[in-house]
Amino acid sequence: MAEVSQGGGGGGHKGGKVRAKKASTKIDMTPMVDLAFLLLTFFMLTTTFNKPQTMEITMPEKPKPEDKLPEVNEKKVVTLVLGDNDKIYWYHGITDPKIEVTDFSANGIRKVLMTQSSQIPGMILLIKPSEESRYKNMVDILDEMNITNMQRYALVPITPTDKELIKESNL
Amino acid sequence: MGKAKVHRTPPSLDMTPMVDLGFLLVTFFMLTATAAPDEPVAVDMPSSVSEIKMPETDILLITVADDGKVFFNMDGKYNRQELLRSMGERYNIQFSDDEIARFAVMSTFGLPIGQLKEFINLKPDERKGVNQPGVPVDSLNNQLKDWIIFSRMANPKLRIAIKGDSDTNYPVVEKVINTLIDNKVNRFNLITNMERNPS
Repeated sequence: MAEVSQGGGGGGHKGGKVRAKKASTKIDMTPMVDLAFLLLTFFMLTTTFNKPQTMEITMPEKPKPEDKLPEVNEKKVVTLVLGDNDKIYWYHGITDPKIEVTDFSANGIRKVLMTQSSQIPGMILLIKPSEESRYKNMVDILDEMNITNMQRYALVPITPTDKELIKESNL
Repeated sequence: MGKAKVHRTPPSLDMTPMVDLGFLLVTFFMLTATAAPDEPVAVDMPSSVSEIKMPETDILLITVADDGKVFFNMDGKYNRQELLRSMGERYNIQFSDDEIARFAVMSTFGLPIGQLKEFINLKPDERKGVNQPGVPVDSLNNQLKDWIIFSRMANPKLRIAIKGDSDTNYPVVEKVINTLIDNKVNRFNLITNMERNPS
């Protein structure tokens, strides 16, 4: 088949009968094999096996005007505001909150979530992406909720009060 | 003593099994390869640890590019035909049978409905050169909403997926999500790249 053959051409004859020279039935398949491996390499390199992953999110239904919204204890509420340049502003409670800033690294928001959830039983997280934040920030924070196993969180629009709080904090 | 002569045989190796395997692999990769669908924009997706695989059929894909343009795609040839027919009725635009058939095999687009007819009549390679302005999602002229409503009427099993670029500003994504919620689509998928779970 595609073996490398050497010599075999010049075997002179010493007298005797003159035989009709038989043409070899072997075909040199090297170019075909070369091509086959070229194609193999091409398809192997261009194939992508990973199908895209998806993150399933379920948003709450829009409340009807006659619906009564549940009231929660403000002591349980932690607000995360996604700011510009991948910053996260967060505060506990609603009246007179103390704003702190963190980032998306493992020592940043994840640590905050862990410590807060151990201190506050039944913590409720409000995620408020600001206008300066990017889509990536939203996906990252939702991802962080999955990683840290947060049970109660909601994506809510940012309020002017939040914007002012962040401006005042100068963080 | 004479020298011991080393008997030389030409180095010959039977490569048949290797070549067999080579061809087997070529065949395998050729058959599993799928042509990448041509997208009007390149989207760099954010990554997440989610491990849910994206289903292959019954997908309504909303692509949000980094400049805030919104693109629409739905799979299913017959559903697409029905979709364009009902969209034409809604916006009083008459699409011919030929245009509907052409639309059925098109991929992602991002155009106001008014420009769609012209776009459909272009040749496939001319379409690539068109600078698409995106499907309008403003509150005054929310055509994405109608595309979603009529898609879901054409195919009730439809799952809605959002493929957004990492650098898209949040307000654009918010507009798309609000459009979905207004249409009682409360459950949807965000397409992301894979990332290893740190825990």
